[in-house]
Amino acid sequence: MTGPGEGVQGNVWRSWQGLGGRRWIPVLVLAAALPFAIDNQPFDVSSRYLLIVAATCAAFASLALGLNVVVGYAGLLNLGYVAFFGIGAYTYAIVASVQAGRHWPPVLGLLLAGLVVAVVAVLLGLASLRLRGDYLAIVTLGFGEIVRQLMVNLDRPIDITGGLNGILGIDPIAVGGLQALGDQDYYYLLVGFCALFVFVMLRWERSRVGRAWMAIRDDELAARCMGVNVLGFRVMAFTAGAVVAGLTGVIYYSWRASVFPSSFTINDTVTVFMMVILGGMGSIPGVILGAIGITVLEEVLRPYGEYRFVIFGIALVLLMRFRPQGLLGRFSFRPRPRPGPPAEPAEEDVAAAPEATA
Amino acid sequence: MDLALHQIPQQVVNGLVLGSMYALIALGYTMVYGILEMINFAHGDVYMAGAFLGWGVTLLLVRGGFPVVAAGLVILAMFLVAMLGAGLLGVTIERLAYRPLRGGHRLAPLISALGVSIFLENIVSAQFGARAQLVPTAHVLPGWQVSLGSATVSFVDGLVVVVALGLMVALDRFVRRTRYGTAMRATAQDREAAGFMGIRVNQVIAVTFLLGSALAGIAGILAGLLYTEVDFFMGYLAGLKAFTAAVLGRIGNIRGAVLGGLLLGMVEAVSTPFVNGAYVNVVSFLVLILVLLIRPSGLLGEQLPDKV
Repeated sequence: MTGPGEGVQGNVWRSWQGLGGRRWIPVLVLAAALPFAIDNQPFDVSSRYLLIVAATCAAFASLALGLNVVVGYAGLLNLGYVAFFGIGAYTYAIVASVQAGRHWPPVLGLLLAGLVVAVVAVLLGLASLRLRGDYLAIVTLGFGEIVRQLMVNLDRPIDITGGLNGILGIDPIAVGGLQALGDQDYYYLLVGFCALFVFVMLRWERSRVGRAWMAIRDDELAARCMGVNVLGFRVMAFTAGAVVAGLTGVIYYSWRASVFPSSFTINDTVTVFMMVILGGMGSIPGVILGAIGITVLEEVLRPYGEYRFVIFGIALVLLMRFRPQGLLGRFSFRPRPRPGPPAEPAEEDVAAAPEATA
Repeated sequence: MDLALHQIPQQVVNGLVLGSMYALIALGYTMVYGILEMINFAHGDVYMAGAFLGWGVTLLLVRGGFPVVAAGLVILAMFLVAMLGAGLLGVTIERLAYRPLRGGHRLAPLISALGVSIFLENIVSAQFGARAQLVPTAHVLPGWQVSLGSATVSFVDGLVVVVALGLMVALDRFVRRTRYGTAMRATAQDREAAGFMGIRVNQVIAVTFLLGSALAGIAGILAGLLYTEVDFFMGYLAGLKAFTAAVLGRIGNIRGAVLGGLLLGMVEAVSTPFVNGAYVNVVSFLVLILVLLIRPSGLLGEQLPDKV
């Protein structure tokens, strides 16, 4: 196997992995203690800003975990991924904000958002997942842009989405009498959701479902021959990822209290892709580290505007060429050995997967 | 409704113009897919780059509203620069971002293409701003107009259709009649066997990218002249629609791409008076989804079994 696991650090890594699900306990404790550390930090930045960045990291970690199910486990290229983030946020915002004057109980709004996202994902998945993977990529690319255009244009004749001005005054999340107020509450809420997703995904990884996803990803034809319901499992992965994105959208934008179409462009999808690919497709710790790394990097590079996406673009190309499995990924990019002569001159195969030949 | 029906002749003309441009871009998608079975996501952005190269030429050669050389020379320079520039860009992308990944997992080149696409869009937006740049069409092209019934055909409309159809016929002849075209078709049929027959597969693929990208570059200048503006995001939807066109006409099939482009342009233009302008793109997207739903098997050319 490639990736971490070689050399001295490899031993540490293996014993860490040997802990199984328990290894997440110290991580959770650290995450829970972080706001206290931030309160007493010695650096020359405001603690509030650091807390906001930390909460944003948690939100994007959830988002990246959802994409990881789609691309990392099932090998589906969903290029309209942030559209689901947006649909979740907008659904909640429409039923729980000053926009339409409706103020549904937040939990109901959250459930509705999850449901709407799931229905859209199932329909889109059924329409496009029967075909070769490339078609899904282009259909979702179009879907992402269409959703953004609907957000922009559905303010006439009836004002549903608020057009370019977006929706303001979104209700905070509340359960019973408990209301999430302020950045610290949302930090815990976002970390809690992220932990929930990690838990679900750890269970999935080792279940029949997870094995089916990875079998399809690695060799669709072989999986089909083994009797795996390829379409069913693909739609399931696609929808699961979308729902994670949608729910995260609700929490994140109820925290930000406003939502605009400009947050759901192809650049935003690429940002989440960067997190998943840099961290390592298919690896939960990798994806979380990737999300934290890219969120912090985005903050650092914010003054450079579009140039950060120029960098991301180059980084994607370089990663695919030199380290497609990312930092901690278990996604094997090695072409599977086939009977018969090699499809390409050997020189190309070596260049394509330098790690795989070791 | 009456008013909308009255607009139909004009919309048919518009559809032909729009469709010609979609077809030009679709050729690049279809040629690359035919050989590599890969969707080149960056293709729409190569078209955008071509448009910006054409705009750059007008920036140099049109000062204060007047061309500094004969207007015909300006147009010629635009075509040459955009064709060569876009063509070389396409070859470079293939060499750096796709070729090293050939033979690996099929996701790798797609993600790499996404990276190239984002790179091109954002570098242009960072350099020239997100706002549209104006192309001084009125200064370099005559303002002739021909009336056909209730429809008006401008010089630009005619130029787009004539150039596009000319190039498509030329490409079709090249692919079907020349030795190099035969090599391309052989490579598309079976890359491995073509290699055994002494065809330089890598060179054929590079030439495919060169031709497809040059055509996209020309489509880019034509779009700039037609709409009198260019912006960094223009390749996104145009690329998407051109891909839809390629799928409509059976991807991998050159004549099919032309037909698909014209068909999609027509559908889009004729539906324009009937739907809110903002939703024209939604119509094109629905066409893509419907085609994929109703005729998924016919879309890959012949339904090939997955290679084992």
